[in-house]
Amino acid sequence: MLFPPPVRPQSPPRVVVTGAGIITPLGLGWKANAEAFQKGRKSLRPVTLFDVARQRCQLACELDLPAVLPATALSSRQENRMGRAAKMLLHAAHEACTQANWQRAGGEIPIVLGTTSAGMTLGEDYYRQAVAGTDRDRQAARVVHYQAQRQALDLVDAFGFHGPVTIIANACASGANAIGHAFELIQSGRATRVLAGGYDALSHLVYAGFDSLKALSLTTCRPFEANRDGLALGEGAGVVCLESMESAQSRGATVLGEIAGYGSATDVHHLTQPQPEGDAAVESMTQACRQAGVNPFQIGYINAHGTGTPANDVAEAQAINRWAGPAVADMTVSSTKASVGHLLGAAGAVEAIVCLMALHGQWRPPEIGLGILDPAIRFRVVQVTESAAFDYALTNSFGFGGANASLVLRRPA
Amino acid sequence: MSSFCRALEQNEPLPVEALTAPAGQPVMRVRRVPVPNPKPSFFAHPRLRRTSPIAQFSVGAALEALGSDQADSMKQSRLGIISCAFAGCVNYSRRFYEEVLREPSTASPLIFPETVFNAPSSHLSAFLGATGRNYTLVGDQGEFVKALALAADWLDRGWVDRCLITAAEELDWLTAGALELFDHGACAAEGAGALCLGRDPSPVELACVTEPQLYDRRRGGRNGRRSMAWPSEFSPKSCDLLCDGRSGSPVTDHLEDELWKDWPGKRCSPRRVFGEGLGVSGAWQVLAGIQALQRGHSGAVFVGVVGTNEQRVGAVFRRNPD
Repeated sequence: MLFPPPVRPQSPPRVVVTGAGIITPLGLGWKANAEAFQKGRKSLRPVTLFDVARQRCQLACELDLPAVLPATALSSRQENRMGRAAKMLLHAAHEACTQANWQRAGGEIPIVLGTTSAGMTLGEDYYRQAVAGTDRDRQAARVVHYQAQRQALDLVDAFGFHGPVTIIANACASGANAIGHAFELIQSGRATRVLAGGYDALSHLVYAGFDSLKALSLTTCRPFEANRDGLALGEGAGVVCLESMESAQSRGATVLGEIAGYGSATDVHHLTQPQPEGDAAVESMTQACRQAGVNPFQIGYINAHGTGTPANDVAEAQAINRWAGPAVADMTVSSTKASVGHLLGAAGAVEAIVCLMALHGQWRPPEIGLGILDPAIRFRVVQVTESAAFDYALTNSFGFGGANASLVLRRPA
Repeated sequence: MSSFCRALEQNEPLPVEALTAPAGQPVMRVRRVPVPNPKPSFFAHPRLRRTSPIAQFSVGAALEALGSDQADSMKQSRLGIISCAFAGCVNYSRRFYEEVLREPSTASPLIFPETVFNAPSSHLSAFLGATGRNYTLVGDQGEFVKALALAADWLDRGWVDRCLITAAEELDWLTAGALELFDHGACAAEGAGALCLGRDPSPVELACVTEPQLYDRRRGGRNGRRSMAWPSEFSPKSCDLLCDGRSGSPVTDHLEDELWKDWPGKRCSPRRVFGEGLGVSGAWQVLAGIQALQRGHSGAVFVGVVGTNEQRVGAVFRRNPD
């Protein structure tokens, strides 16, 4: 039963990550991405996926989708119907499940995903064919595979899971919300294991949308730089296998890290602009740290939302300044959107995995080549590859509509 | 709720109208939300002036569920919001994409933000001043029922004092045409439904939400809807009213009748009256059950939602003894 809930454990179980899968414009897989993020590599390039000749901006962080999908229980018919976003999600989920040794786990494993636009490229195809009155035979498949629940069911079929599916569409905070929700499912005793993550593929509609808002950088994405001029859109997926510490230990699983805290709050200021003082961001960071039982001095790295837009970065800077208080000068922050762009619904999940990589390898991902920083910034922005010893990382994800989410991750013991 | 209850009591399908679609598309019959006259005062709120109908429907239903049209003056930091959508903000998504294909350099920056799934929920939070948790969940008709369990969890864990659960959809030829591909004979509809859950004693309470049964390949995909048994721990016979999903469409009604052929009690089928509202349909089934309990027509209601392409899920509501 979903309700009434099971009796909650007297003390919430610790929730650990036993698998992580990632695909970004920097490549496929943990190893390739860890190496690239550690060096602050960039991936911005001319858009090839759709026609941008009449757009103001013509750059994005596209990824090279592997030609072959990983072997799963999906039939070739199912694979052939998948859109670009679904394929990215499958790649990331496969890596995570392989790492966690969940490929044949089957059973009650809930799936929690975050996305902003699901299979939008198929939705665009559907619209164009509907208007033209052509290719009617494939319209039903486009409708089905456009929808986010189909992409979740693809994972169910691919790995044999049959727990409930939850899809959170909280704009650019979706991926972090999905991991946070999965964390809470385990903490509350509703599940022992949960597959969670976020995904989004580049699509013309969304690209043109950000371009219409003049939110896209015409140069390069430079979060927290004084002369920043906007964000770069990217695409990708990040998936984690979460389970209770007890479950992981009982099966001898390798622990990659721990989800220690989650916070979520709503900014009611404006549909697309953050509240300048970052009230909801302060609240979400505070909640996450309270739950993790840590104070700002203990956070060794913050993966900022850091889109590179003038409004976001100054609001987030104010929020970090306020939240950290006397610890602010000790805070080390970077935005990995400088490397892969803004992955929208995937951002929170991918950036949580970057935090896991950083905790695991004891390094902080840099933003290479930044100029003078915005005067609002009172913390240190990581600008060169650096090693560091730290136990906790915090990641922020903020989205349209005032969705704010923060996660605190802990280094494996 | 009064016009909703009146229509349910009359149990006659509401009038339909033809939906304008591009040349070459079949004419579709749909049920629209009547334009309110006079316009509700919340239409004048700065966040709602430019929105498409989905956000207006959502706020209208939410205010009624909260029991106050003065809610904009309240600070609601302890109010949780969960919004459910199947198709979502399709009017502006279609319009914006039309503009992009015509001339992307002049596509409207005012429209694009309204295409995002959580735009209606964001407007609702802004209107109510609700700074707490706000999730937008995407799924089929069963999502609203699942959201009840999530809201109950938030309440149980003390994160919110009350939780508003909404579902809203708006009509568009794009989604009406898509529905036609799967359920020829269905009448696409629009609207919203909302429920406010709290911890205080109430004449009607949520008794259970079943585990959702997914239409995965193991269960035969969508075809598995016909053969799935309800979870063993749930006994529908403890209820005297079933709020089902019959819609007047031969495809859906045949499926529902087959599923419920052993049901001994009364049945209520709000989709037959209001049409196929996609994400809202589940909410209408829940609200139909609750109004039957509130009016003393029933002691316990089972709401059985057989979603289009994701899941089957049910909930039991019962009347508390005085």
